Amino acid sequence: MADHILAIDVNGDRHRVLVTDQRTLLEVLREDLGLTGTKHGCDVGECGACTVLVDDKPVLSCLVIARQVDGSSVQTVEGLAHDGKPDLLQEAFAELGAAQCGYCTPGMLISARSLLDDNPDPTTEEVQAGLAGNLCRCTGYIKIFDAVRLAAARDRGL
Amino acid sequence: MTIRLPAFDYLTPETLEDAAQLLADPERSVVVVGGGTDVVPKMKRRQITPEVLVSLSRIESLHGIRIDESGACTIGASTTLAEIHDSTVVPEVFAAAAGDVASPQIRNSATVGGNLCLDTRCNYIDMSDSWRQASGYCLKDGGDTCWVAPRSNKCWAISSSDLATVAVALGGSVRLTSVRGERLIPIEALYNNDGMSYLTCAADEILVELVLPRGNGRATYRKLRRRGSIDFPLLGVAISARFDDAGMCVFARIVLGGIASAPLRAIEAEEFIVGRQLTDEVLEEAARLATQPARPQDNTDTGSRYRKWMVSVFVERALGDVAGDRA
Ligand SMILES: Cc1cc2nc3c(=O)[nH]c(=O)nc-3n(C[C@H](O)[C@H](O)[C@H](O)COP(=O)(O)OP(=O)(O)OC[C@H]3O[C@@H](n4cnc5c(N)ncnc54)[C@H](O)[C@@H]3O)c2cc1C
Ligand code: FES
Ligand code: FES
Repeated sequence: MADHILAIDVNGDRHRVLVTDQRTLLEVLREDLGLTGTKHGCDVGECGACTVLVDDKPVLSCLVIARQVDGSSVQTVEGLAHDGKPDLLQEAFAELGAAQCGYCTPGMLISARSLLDDNPDPTTEEVQAGLAGNLCRCTGYIKIFDAVRLAAARDRGL
Repeated sequence: MTIRLPAFDYLTPETLEDAAQLLADPERSVVVVGGGTDVVPKMKRRQITPEVLVSLSRIESLHGIRIDESGACTIGASTTLAEIHDSTVVPEVFAAAAGDVASPQIRNSATVGGNLCLDTRCNYIDMSDSWRQASGYCLKDGGDTCWVAPRSNKCWAISSSDLATVAVALGGSVRLTSVRGERLIPIEALYNNDGMSYLTCAADEILVELVLPRGNGRATYRKLRRRGSIDFPLLGVAISARFDDAGMCVFARIVLGGIASAPLRAIEAEEFIVGRQLTDEVLEEAARLATQPARPQDNTDTGSRYRKWMVSVFVERALGDVAGDRA
């Protein structure tokens, strides 16, 4: 219940944040650091809206006790664009209409980025497996899968 | 509205000895946490409100997988399910089952220790606090009635760990540690068919590692769930079996998960197939026998009669997996 100083690197910036033991990573990102790109959905691990990368692996920030990741590096959707230029995934999502209400999109983008970093040429089944923890209530997923494959093809220079 | 965690002290010991000391605290309620993918939702829903959480994540010795001279595979409690799924040395059926748990994000946080010690689940308890308050807290929740079986004095919450079922089928053992010392027990003896005290170990014992013997037979795991992407097992069937050169079954373990408060051995079906070739008729009879110990209740997704029927369907299919090419 005491306060602790948490040292985390978020999207390449180092932060020191005063946290209580019960603070989740999602709360730190959204409420302490103002990074509201990461969405808050179910709060209990079922929807994937809160997905971020911790040390390059996608995890659910609503289930992570902030102190558990003390010293780690975190990447959120805000860190996807570089020098003002959107990531290929962001471009493909926009082009194909893979976001409708957009609530699931940050989590989808983070899971998809991690998938493409591991597997630059995924089949549709592999995209489905990679995004299995991200729920979308709007799109029916088809455009999301297409957008990930389009970004993958462009990433490979096709 | 954000569901906040209740207040607690978060402790991060760096040695197993320190962790065991902290867990033995006689003054405060202490819970051990691995990846937290079960503990955190349960605390958010106020199913448990420990004063202290002891995290195992900073204890180096609990991470990793090793193979010893006998060929046994030892998996440290803090090894994540993603690491197990990607491993080339873990028995194939176990690695594959790890990949069937929850979602990719959860598997990156979830540990094997947490999976094997996963709390039992039920439609009446894995609910928000306001829902439970309105319906009345059940037996497992501090009330006096099990809403699933109001006339029984036991809790029927379901064992829902995929890996527990597989580890029992593979004849695994677990090493437990506490301030009183260390012991190695067959994993089957870790489980108790009671939704409230579903583990036989003391609350201050830490599961240190899982030991899976070198497999020299065939094994399979089949999981029934509504969505292929992210669901707890409504039924899990794990089988390990050995055959002689003539294709006769000489050893079998058939284990049912998601159907009782512990992984359940289908002993009659096991005994029936040993000494027999797995013909279609034998498979069918074994599948029928396997449904006998199964008493699914209406406390998860899909009805109990459907799940009982699925036991025979899944056992028959799983036996088909291990039978391979047969006469
Ligand atoms: C949406 C969702 C879907 C899920 N689907 C599945 C599924 O399909 N199959 C499945 O099996 N699980 C599933 N789970 C449950 C859970 O994520 C996994 O079982 C996971 O492996 C638990 O591991 P953990 O390290 O996160 O456990 P924790 O939450 O850290 O702990 C779980 C329990 O084990 C105890 N514990 C942890 N480590 C130890 C140890 N070393 N020694 C003694 N006790 C210990 C804790 O006190 C707690 O009671 C799901 C969870 C969610 C939120
Ligand atoms: S908000 Fe984290 S999984 Fe839904
Ligand atoms: S676009 Fe609305 S939830 Fe996916």
